[in-house]
Amino acid sequence: MTEIQQDSDLISVTIDGQEVKVKSGEVLIDACEEAGVDIPRFCYHKRMSQVGMCRMCIVEVDTGRGPSLQPSCMMDVSEGMVIDTQSEEIKKIQDGVLEFLLINHPLDCPVCDKGGECPLQDQTMAYGPGETRFVEEKRHFEKPIPINDNVYLDRERCILCDRCTRFADEVVGDPLIQFIDRGNSTQVNTFPEDPFASYFSGNIVQLCPVGALTAKPYRFKARPWDLEEIESTYPNPLGDRIVVQSSRDQVLRLQGLDSEAVNWGWLSDKDRFSFEAFQSEYRLDNPLVRGGGLNKADKSGTGLVASSWAGAMSIITESLNGADPDRVAVIGGARLTNESQYAWAKLAKGIIGTDHVSADLGDDLQPHVLLGLPRATISEACQPNNTIVLLTPDLKEEYGTLFIRLRDAAKNLGVKIIELSPMRTALSADAAVSLHPLPGEIGNVVQAITTGDIPREIGGISGEDLSLAHSHLKDTNVFVIVSRSSMGQSEEPIIEALTSLQEVDNCRFLPLVRRANTMGALDMGMAPGLLPGRNTLSSGSSVFSDIWPNLPTESGANTKQILQKAADGDIDTLFLLGADPLTDFPDKALAKAALERTNTIISVDLFVTPSVYESDVVLPAASFLEADGSHTNVEGRITPIRQKITPPGTARPDWMIAAEISHRLGHDLGVDTPEDIWEELGSRSAVHGDLDYRKLDHLPDGHLITATGRIPFIPAEERIETRPVDSYAMRLILGRRMFDQGTVTQMSPSLTQLAEKSELRINQYDFERLGIIEGAQVEVSSGGASISISVKVDNRVRRSSALIYSNLEGADPRELLIEGAHSIDIRIDPTVKESA
Amino acid sequence: MSRLNEENLRIARQILSRYPKKKSALIPLLHLSQEQNGMVTNEAMEHIAELVEVTPAEVLGTCSFYEMFKRHPVGEYQINICHGISCHLLGAEDVLEHAEKSLGVKEGEITQDGKFSFEGVECIAACTEAPCLQVNYRYVNRVSSDEFDQLVTDLKNGQNTQIPKHGTLAKTRQNIQSEKLAGPAEVESASPPVWLQRNKEDQ
Ligand code: SF4
Ligand code: FES
Ligand code: FES
Repeated sequence: MTEIQQDSDLISVTIDGQEVKVKSGEVLIDACEEAGVDIPRFCYHKRMSQVGMCRMCIVEVDTGRGPSLQPSCMMDVSEGMVIDTQSEEIKKIQDGVLEFLLINHPLDCPVCDKGGECPLQDQTMAYGPGETRFVEEKRHFEKPIPINDNVYLDRERCILCDRCTRFADEVVGDPLIQFIDRGNSTQVNTFPEDPFASYFSGNIVQLCPVGALTAKPYRFKARPWDLEEIESTYPNPLGDRIVVQSSRDQVLRLQGLDSEAVNWGWLSDKDRFSFEAFQSEYRLDNPLVRGGGLNKADKSGTGLVASSWAGAMSIITESLNGADPDRVAVIGGARLTNESQYAWAKLAKGIIGTDHVSADLGDDLQPHVLLGLPRATISEACQPNNTIVLLTPDLKEEYGTLFIRLRDAAKNLGVKIIELSPMRTALSADAAVSLHPLPGEIGNVVQAITTGDIPREIGGISGEDLSLAHSHLKDTNVFVIVSRSSMGQSEEPIIEALTSLQEVDNCRFLPLVRRANTMGALDMGMAPGLLPGRNTLSSGSSVFSDIWPNLPTESGANTKQILQKAADGDIDTLFLLGADPLTDFPDKALAKAALERTNTIISVDLFVTPSVYESDVVLPAASFLEADGSHTNVEGRITPIRQKITPPGTARPDWMIAAEISHRLGHDLGVDTPEDIWEELGSRSAVHGDLDYRKLDHLPDGHLITATGRIPFIPAEERIETRPVDSYAMRLILGRRMFDQGTVTQMSPSLTQLAEKSELRINQYDFERLGIIEGAQVEVSSGGASISISVKVDNRVRRSSALIYSNLEGADPRELLIEGAHSIDIRIDPTVKESA
Repeated sequence: MSRLNEENLRIARQILSRYPKKKSALIPLLHLSQEQNGMVTNEAMEHIAELVEVTPAEVLGTCSFYEMFKRHPVGEYQINICHGISCHLLGAEDVLEHAEKSLGVKEGEITQDGKFSFEGVECIAACTEAPCLQVNYRYVNRVSSDEFDQLVTDLKNGQNTQIPKHGTLAKTRQNIQSEKLAGPAEVESASPPVWLQRNKEDQ
């Protein structure tokens, strides 16, 4: 929980005889810690509310009326306070508290995962009794019971500190674990048959001060003293800070790192447990080529076979030597580190000489939106009394830790959230106003809200609600968080909305991207027309031309245009850098046609995705656990990614692959280490100039890139008229789930079972109106296409709209998309098909 | 089946309407469901969770805190024998021992005919009348072993009409006329209670 710092004045208190200055209003336990006096604790956690459950933090406090014993986590400091943390009384109390806590504790440390990093064990050693006087029978419970697919609970070890239950309730709003029963029988548990189905369940394992909660992926794998660790960054759009822990060259656990600016120590389960994927047997560990036998490249062969790097490289050089740069293209790159992105941008644009380089996959905001709007950080947006406008889908699904930050802001900081999402989300209950414009109509809704020019209603949203939202924009700082909320809606309505919001005084923006390091990719020039450091091809060529000898002169194609060209037979060589257009690009048919017609497809990836499977040369890359570099998050925050283990087989860092190809083309890329890149870039990119790469590890909040305005936002010109949904149709929303068919989920044994099957979700009202049977297979059509899919009631979806989550097993909703349409109306044929 | 039946659902809605926060109706609804089924079943807790918009785990957390809510079957007459300090001093352990012998079941078990179950409970706030007990929450004061047996016989033979069977719907329901409701007439105009503000639940 964030403390609202109303009075940042310093006051003086005396701690163990030393007079120190501390922040007024601070919690005593924190003040002591800042003064260098460590107070033992179990229940207190500075990111959650104070409950005073364990009494381990008791100190003697004298506020002028003589010393009294107080739990230091439940008391704020005040002027002149005298605190004694070391007195004989305190020692006795600590000893006593521990003796009580241990009464029912099974002391099975030798077989407990926590042993070695257990606060209960450590504090008993430091402050506790050597012997117990308790000769009675301890409490007994069935030893560990699973509370969900990945977390086990051993109630005998639990000391009832309320951390896990508080986290579930306060931090993420999933109160599915509770204290059950009372007194001596109190236990943490779920409701029978109702598991702790939280996207954030791994955090409670990290939080638990004893070994009561353990995570399946780590159980009995290592002892804490065998682990080596390094601070790094998880390459997701938010750049959540992590600690990577490994033993014998194997990563065994990822833990959240408490970074004030970003994730506050929390991680989503998808990220936390995904380390399994990167070490799975499915990782690519050697180059593959389409051909007949080992090292015998044969492009006309049918299957992919193992090859040497030399064999694979020779196919690549053959296809590139003397090639027309206009017939070479690169798609992807968001997975890469900043350094690898620079290397690839330089190879593609500076050496090969093509500007057809694009990191997006047609499902993200365009570069001018991502770079052109005045940008805000998460912490700037989450300040008391701000208003945050959300033009996003359910953040809990895709941006877990941002969801946690915003939930905290709304609940504890008085931040007003105006939610404009296509359906109810996990934040709706905490939003000041939660409106659900139909896809395609967001531009009109936002215009009404920003101008105060309120019609009677817009697509089912009442004028009253619009006025309420309008009132929250006045006399406050407005922050807008925006993303492509639904693939069922084109980008134009969002740009229209952003154009209106731009007019609001002091409005700042936090545009979200779908893939890991898309922001880095843009800053490193992996978009058509861009060069590193937010230079454009037209204005920045001179900055780079001496070291990027073959820079193209004309701006190139974006992903959609590249695929179009390829499908027309105008691309000979296509690089896929961790990109899987067959799965991700909205127009699947176009992606398919493009891959079919391209002569040589070279994939650089970690796994065999559907698109990799169609490639001619596959190069194995090192993951973020296996290579050094840095990451740029959606705020523009650069944080380090640090190598912890060696890559599998002969896999290499992506930048090394670029350097190798360049070398074979007869050019020295000039990059031998990631540092080299910053040296080269530092002198040429005004945006990155003040970044000291060597210091990056020591900056707790990383390095923030602040430059905006170099790439201007292009406002919308036309207004999109609202379009009523006729009574036989439904407006389509395409959402995303945290767990889907994506490679990371599918390759992590602990996560695969969490992905559901594809379903059509509609409101109870529409469900009854159409007379559908729950779970029945129906025919859904739009344009000429149709898919067969089962139906489920979901009252988060508003009337007249229908939700399908993308990339789940079963029907592929991309079939329903219509090229160029701002929104999609589908028809449902409720007749049950025999085949279902 | 053990969700609230239609009639009780109507009563539940009425109870819900009394509170500005649905969550406040949790305990009254638990009582209602215990009246219906003689115990609080898992299905009932799930139903109540839907009604007051919390998770079933939260309902269970509250329900299991209070001993008066039974989550396992009990006899038609549930006898709570107090063994708080006063009752203890005045012979509660004897009453308990006697109950076990005369009913022929252990604490927490149900007699063969399904009529009786008993358990020892903490102080029931009738210390002046110790040793005392409750049958289906109706007080019986200063009980001797003989009186205990008499009570059991009377209940068995239907001679005690004062005490209804466990799980019978209460005859009287709280029915507060709107003008007699405590607090401001308009819920919206009232400032939220202090505990809500503190827990930041009202935003
Ligand atoms: S399981 Fe762990 S975190 Fe949860 S209450 Fe028990 S000791 Fe605390
Ligand atoms: S840390 Fe203060 S009571 Fe637990
Ligand atoms: S001790 Fe039995 S009523 Fe108080």
